[in-house]
Amino acid sequence: MNDATHLAAGAHLRADLAAIAEMIPEGARVLDVGCGDGALLEHLVRTKNVDGRGVELSQQNVNACVARGLAVVQGDADADLAEYPSQVFDFVILSQTIQATEKPAQVLAQLLRIGRQTAISLPNFGHWRVRLSLLWQGRMPRTKALDYHWYDTPNIHLCTLADFVDLAHAQGAVIDRALALNQGGVAGEMRPDALSPNLFAQGAIFLLRKN
Amino acid sequence: MTETADPHFLRPLSAPKADAGKAINFGADKPLKLDCGRTLSPFSIAYMTYGTLNQAKSNAVLICHALTGDQFVASEHPVTGKPGWWNMMVGPARPIDTNRFFVICANVIGGCMGTTGPASTDPATGKAFGLNFPLVTVRDMVRAQAMLLDALGIEKLLAVTGGSMGGMQVLQWAASYPERVRAAVPIACAARHSAQNIAFHEVGRQAIMADPDWKGGEYQLHNTRPSKGLAVARMAAHITYLSEAALQRKFGRNLQNRDALSFQFAPDFQIESYLHHQGMSFVDRFDANSYLYITRAMDYFDLAEDYAGQLADAFRDSPARFCIISFTSDWLFPPAENKRIAHALNAVAAKVSFVGIKTDKGHDSFLLDEPEMFDTVKGFLNAVALAEGVA
Repeated sequence: MNDATHLAAGAHLRADLAAIAEMIPEGARVLDVGCGDGALLEHLVRTKNVDGRGVELSQQNVNACVARGLAVVQGDADADLAEYPSQVFDFVILSQTIQATEKPAQVLAQLLRIGRQTAISLPNFGHWRVRLSLLWQGRMPRTKALDYHWYDTPNIHLCTLADFVDLAHAQGAVIDRALALNQGGVAGEMRPDALSPNLFAQGAIFLLRKN
Repeated sequence: MTETADPHFLRPLSAPKADAGKAINFGADKPLKLDCGRTLSPFSIAYMTYGTLNQAKSNAVLICHALTGDQFVASEHPVTGKPGWWNMMVGPARPIDTNRFFVICANVIGGCMGTTGPASTDPATGKAFGLNFPLVTVRDMVRAQAMLLDALGIEKLLAVTGGSMGGMQVLQWAASYPERVRAAVPIACAARHSAQNIAFHEVGRQAIMADPDWKGGEYQLHNTRPSKGLAVARMAAHITYLSEAALQRKFGRNLQNRDALSFQFAPDFQIESYLHHQGMSFVDRFDANSYLYITRAMDYFDLAEDYAGQLADAFRDSPARFCIISFTSDWLFPPAENKRIAHALNAVAAKVSFVGIKTDKGHDSFLLDEPEMFDTVKGFLNAVALAEGVA
């Protein structure tokens, strides 16, 4: 949930956030974990009349959220999700953050517990460029979206889409929808267990719920 | 019920031209029922206001002061001549903008700046109450403030805010009068006083009571003042308001007006003379028995206790928006205690924001120049005002 994983969200929502926003029903109770400066939450409050809450690590971002009139708790996914009651939110969002958490499995379990539906977007470390980069250069890959050295990256738990699908199943989650992401935004619906998105998608959004 | 233009202060005024505020005297028809089972009647509440109440009476902001604070939040203190204790927060174009909001701050019940307290005259005896003054609680303080608002014709508060014991009152306001509070900003506080905090308060009280001039609490009858005990209490408490890092940064082991250690017990170190100064300047403006009563009120504060141990239940009916502010180096009311309040509010789906401001200045940060805190309060109040249609 570092600043770097939250690309600047101005008047226009980042593509993955816009895709998540479309999934959320009118008037839903929404928790955005790693809500950044609150762009998505504010958009949801305005356009879908949601009852929104946020969790965000950066104090500066929390202040931005508070000034927007949003209810946001400074904290992080690893430590704070345990304090939320079960099934109180219709929709929980974790965008481009799970790879930066200390315990992704526990975070996912908490999200599934808190929300009736959970939308998670994440980068795909199984993308062919990443694979080739490691193969040819023999060094930890650096991508446009995750432009860090191995020693200074906040993204301490990178995975491929296939890895994530395995974890979701292990946590007893049902994947209702999966959208492949590329640089331009949403590339289209994908089958979670298909091999090709894991090679060609730069990221994905999964819509999950507890079985 | 009568309103007087000049509250009765115990100490001589060093700034007689300063606005002394007002006092409302509640007569026999308006008794204050206290948690201890006793009733206080008649009683007075001294208060200050800043700004103008709008036509709709929708722009009132109540500020609750801390243990040793008072109603002079944003103007010259008539007794000490010092600027208001929250001058940087409250005033024209400040985060709590008096061009926009009608700010009210009242001296707490049990206090010594014009509101009825242990140093006030007991009408039954014609002498100072002393220890005959009933024990008061944070809830009693809030009850008295609610009576003040009734008297001022203010039904709802746009916001209620305060730090430390002021924050406790904010929480109590949201719990006791959920329908009267639109927004709450508790700062550097907790929903209960910890064992460590009770311990520090007890040290302070024992210092006061050990002073021979305390005279069993009847020092006014004997024309003495337990200044030494009260100063020691203040010195001990003051340490808890700072942080190890801030003390080190400010004072280190620097010597005071000397080049070498004196090998005597006169203050060698700057930190010693700083604490002495804090103690001595405090006794000029504060009543020792008030210090006993108000520290006791804080010790008794445990909001969850009133709700069968479930803090969340204290806020179940609250429609207010909350913004909880804490400071990373505050070890008196640590961020974890503040966050516990946020979690309780989350549990009942209240609209709550929480910030932990990074600073090494300790508990006192809420009184200091903390730009992040000002930004938070300003942004939050602005959003609340917009949502509530306050221009």
